[in-house]
Amino acid sequence: MTSKLSRRAFLKGSLTAAGSVAATTSIARAATSMAHTKKEPLVTLLDISKCIGCEECVYACQEVNANKYPEPQKPFPKMVPDRVPVQDWSDKRDVTDRLTPYNWLFIQHASATVNGEEIELTIPRRCMHCDNPPCVKLCPWGSAKQEENGLSRIDPDICLGGSKCKKVCPWDIPERQTGVGLYLDILPAFAGNGVMYKCDRCYNRLEKGEVPACIEACPEDVQTIGPKSEILEKAHALAKEMNGYIYGEHENGGTNTIYVSPVPFEQLNQSIEKGKGKPHLNTVKNMMADGTNLAMLIAPLAGVVAAFGKFYLSSKEDK
Amino acid sequence: MKTTGKLRRYIYVLTLFFITLSGFGQMPIFKRYYIADIPGLGWLAQFYVTHIIHYAAASVLIALVLYILFDFIFNGSGLNRITGSGYLKIVILAGLIVSGGLMVFKNLPGVYYGHTTIIVLDLVHLSLCMMLLCVSLYTLIWEKKWVN
Repeated sequence: MTSKLSRRAFLKGSLTAAGSVAATTSIARAATSMAHTKKEPLVTLLDISKCIGCEECVYACQEVNANKYPEPQKPFPKMVPDRVPVQDWSDKRDVTDRLTPYNWLFIQHASATVNGEEIELTIPRRCMHCDNPPCVKLCPWGSAKQEENGLSRIDPDICLGGSKCKKVCPWDIPERQTGVGLYLDILPAFAGNGVMYKCDRCYNRLEKGEVPACIEACPEDVQTIGPKSEILEKAHALAKEMNGYIYGEHENGGTNTIYVSPVPFEQLNQSIEKGKGKPHLNTVKNMMADGTNLAMLIAPLAGVVAAFGKFYLSSKEDK
Repeated sequence: MKTTGKLRRYIYVLTLFFITLSGFGQMPIFKRYYIADIPGLGWLAQFYVTHIIHYAAASVLIALVLYILFDFIFNGSGLNRITGSGYLKIVILAGLIVSGGLMVFKNLPGVYYGHTTIIVLDLVHLSLCMMLLCVSLYTLIWEKKWVN
């Protein structure tokens, strides 16, 4: 049907051996570059043209992060008012075709025409780890934080599950599980509704100098991780080489996830299935840059100038 | 002079109203409790709108506070004219501006605060807001003025 299918069949037999060799070298490279990176955020580069949609990354993510998954208490407390939705994924833990509290990475499928030939593309999707993440900055309770290496994560021991992070995320990434977390110990009926979950870019592995599980498990070396300047340089070189396109560099003012595709992202966005747990590939304006920071800077000056102006005018009148 | 005083008061009350409303709007409560369903209040459930309104109202409040402070200084008004409740409100307002300023700084790109710092700031800001509302209500009911 497409060139992608034959490639996938071929790889079924050989991906384990070839992948492990390739992955080992890329991990070593990434770990080395990470050791030298103190301040510059780490960025992942995803070369979509390499992805075969084998879901190895998805299963690696689930395996490595299984200990972080929610174990909700049932029955759930009655919530007031009734409109508060119960969101329970605990009986659907094997869902892999969308984001859930038990699946922080999934593969999105797109069809596109390149040089007159129809091809299928598969795109690993997860949190973009924005430069200035609204989920972290606008969390009213401080349960989300951004680390200096560019990742953003939600602390399940602090999160109350209000889902504001999901509403302010341009890609609606975080997913809620009811019946777990701090809200159960406060006012479960009246405030909170569980915990929000999303990719934390394997922060605990990064702390140990290891790369995220999805990168390590990929037999095709779809993902590369490294310092931002280095990865952006690579992304542009790759895009130039394949005459391709970049996504994530400028979205929401910049992210720490860069996709390179041989097909324009507008075309991919039209093709992919979008909806709940299935993020889009639209262009995204910088949500945190609304001009109010400038107003904050000008305000004190305006106050002082106005007071001085009044004083000056009244002194003039007195003379 | 009286007109300026009245204008200041109107600006202060209006700013306090919007800054408090949009401040509570930072928490996901207005939709849950049907308040955003009231015609004209739908914006309370739109977090980016409440965020902008909160910042805009904070800018007006900061400008007003500094205007009054420097007006006070330039006119050489004595500090002994400030009433006890006036002092209390000044301290609370200063705390709100400082804690709010630290949170505005946190929201800039490349600024990293830990969970504890953010939670402490949030709680301090919220507590100061509640205190200001209580003290303001007290001064309104008992007709206590800022200065004698």
